[in-house]
Amino acid sequence: MSTRAKELLVVGIVLLFCIIAYLGKVYGWVDTVVFSPMVSMIVVGIIILGLVFVLIRTLQGRLINRQVVFLFVGIAVIMPFFMSITQKIRTSPEVQQLYDAVAELPKGSKVLVSFDYDPPSAPELQPMAEAFLYYCLSNDLKVIIMGLWPQGAQQANLALEAIMKNEKLAAKGLEYGKDYVNLGYQAGNEFVIQRMGADFSSMFRTDYSGRHYEELELVKNVKNFSNIDYSFNLSAGYPGTQEWVQVAVDRYGLKMGCGNTAVQAPMMYTYLNAGQLVGLLGGMNGAAEFEQLVKYPGKGTKFMLSQSFAHMIVIAFIIIGNVAFFRSGRGKKL
Amino acid sequence: MEHVALWVAAFLTLGIISFLYKDNPWYKLCEAIFVGISAGYWFIVLFWDNIVGKFWVGVFPPKELNDVGELVNSVEPDYWLIVGAVLGVLMLMRLIPNIGWISRWPLAFIIGCTSGLYLINYFSSNMMRQVQGTIMPLLGMNYELSTYDIIGNIIIVIGTFTGLIYFYFSKEHKGWFGRAAKVGIWTIMITFGASFGYTVMSRMSLLIGRVDFLFGDWLGLIN
Repeated sequence: MSTRAKELLVVGIVLLFCIIAYLGKVYGWVDTVVFSPMVSMIVVGIIILGLVFVLIRTLQGRLINRQVVFLFVGIAVIMPFFMSITQKIRTSPEVQQLYDAVAELPKGSKVLVSFDYDPPSAPELQPMAEAFLYYCLSNDLKVIIMGLWPQGAQQANLALEAIMKNEKLAAKGLEYGKDYVNLGYQAGNEFVIQRMGADFSSMFRTDYSGRHYEELELVKNVKNFSNIDYSFNLSAGYPGTQEWVQVAVDRYGLKMGCGNTAVQAPMMYTYLNAGQLVGLLGGMNGAAEFEQLVKYPGKGTKFMLSQSFAHMIVIAFIIIGNVAFFRSGRGKKL
Repeated sequence: MEHVALWVAAFLTLGIISFLYKDNPWYKLCEAIFVGISAGYWFIVLFWDNIVGKFWVGVFPPKELNDVGELVNSVEPDYWLIVGAVLGVLMLMRLIPNIGWISRWPLAFIIGCTSGLYLINYFSSNMMRQVQGTIMPLLGMNYELSTYDIIGNIIIVIGTFTGLIYFYFSKEHKGWFGRAAKVGIWTIMITFGASFGYTVMSRMSLLIGRVDFLFGDWLGLIN
């Protein structure tokens, strides 16, 4: 059989599996799949054996294709979704600091949340957004939402929609415009923050749904940052936390914490250590830790097992790669 | 409609992932769709949010009825925006070779303004505050720090000094100076390693997000 025919056969089998699974979902034949702890451990054992096999081949001088690395990473990410293993999540000081800063706010305090990201960063930032909004609204804090990225306000609506399904929040009978408000997106990057330092309403004449700023009970008396008790910025790049720190924190004295994508988080530790930020959630790990603290187990917690498995695979392949490097004799040139 | 949307999303996700095997027509199709939709989306967003939302509405604000029934501007027009619009049009002169030099003027204006603004922002937030954050008592103001914090502070001091020494090229990196520079490069490498770890976490998160979509939202095999 030619390579082309084999490739088409694999695609056909995968497609057939997907169609059966999808029809099973639609017509209710197939339920969700969960491995028992025993099966989960067997799967972990098979992955470890596979890595040992790759290491032995490498020691023998037979190198593997890059596709094998991708396959291992894929398996390590997919399998934990089906496993019934729980992972202990320890709270880091920066996450605890953010939690403490929000927990000590008196009821009725105004919290500004800026959604500066779009769907590609949602796997990391959406769990943070949901947990943070859930905690604020369940503790009677007033939430003012805005976005410096075009899709930020929509991500906020998705987060609100998700948390409003929670029984505790649903029972509170929260009112839009009184308990929370979405001011929507505003173009202009850091200049929006600068103008907000003088007057919020100059940047947000209406909210996301077109209601006038003055008609919204929650914000009609909010003139500028001096009326905000705490701010939380969810950021995936520019404009984001750095611009908020430079303008709102350092110039206007806003108290702020942030949730960042993992790529961006290391750069924010300098602001955290210098006291410019009060709390930091870094990547999916930060989201999971915060979910544990606020007792809102969401996707951050759910995804952490896959994250840990993927990291172990990456570390294993770094070791295998180094073995291959030094075995090839190129290490002697260092 | 929901079924179609799910299948299209799954088709595009798998098409992009298929590149991990090798370059193929499916991947190329998905890539072209992504680039095309992104360009179209950003054009529309920039047009409606900047040209219409900022400029047009700013110069010609919508009318509304006042208390005596007269049609008046809802807000005062901001004619300064016309200056920005003119500079924007001048930028397009680059498309006409004979008068392309005109586009340098708005570019000079943008660079000048941005430099002036960023100089203050970065000098204050990224330089002075960081210098201030680094100069600290090793044992705390009242000797209140824990052993963990004290060790951390000592590492910061050593890392900062040796890192600076590494970037000082006016003296040859030999003797104690060379050894300090070596500590500096190790500090920098450890920092890069930590950043790399975070980057791996970020990229894995994106993959996990798509896997959650494929096996959860699409196939319904996981919760």
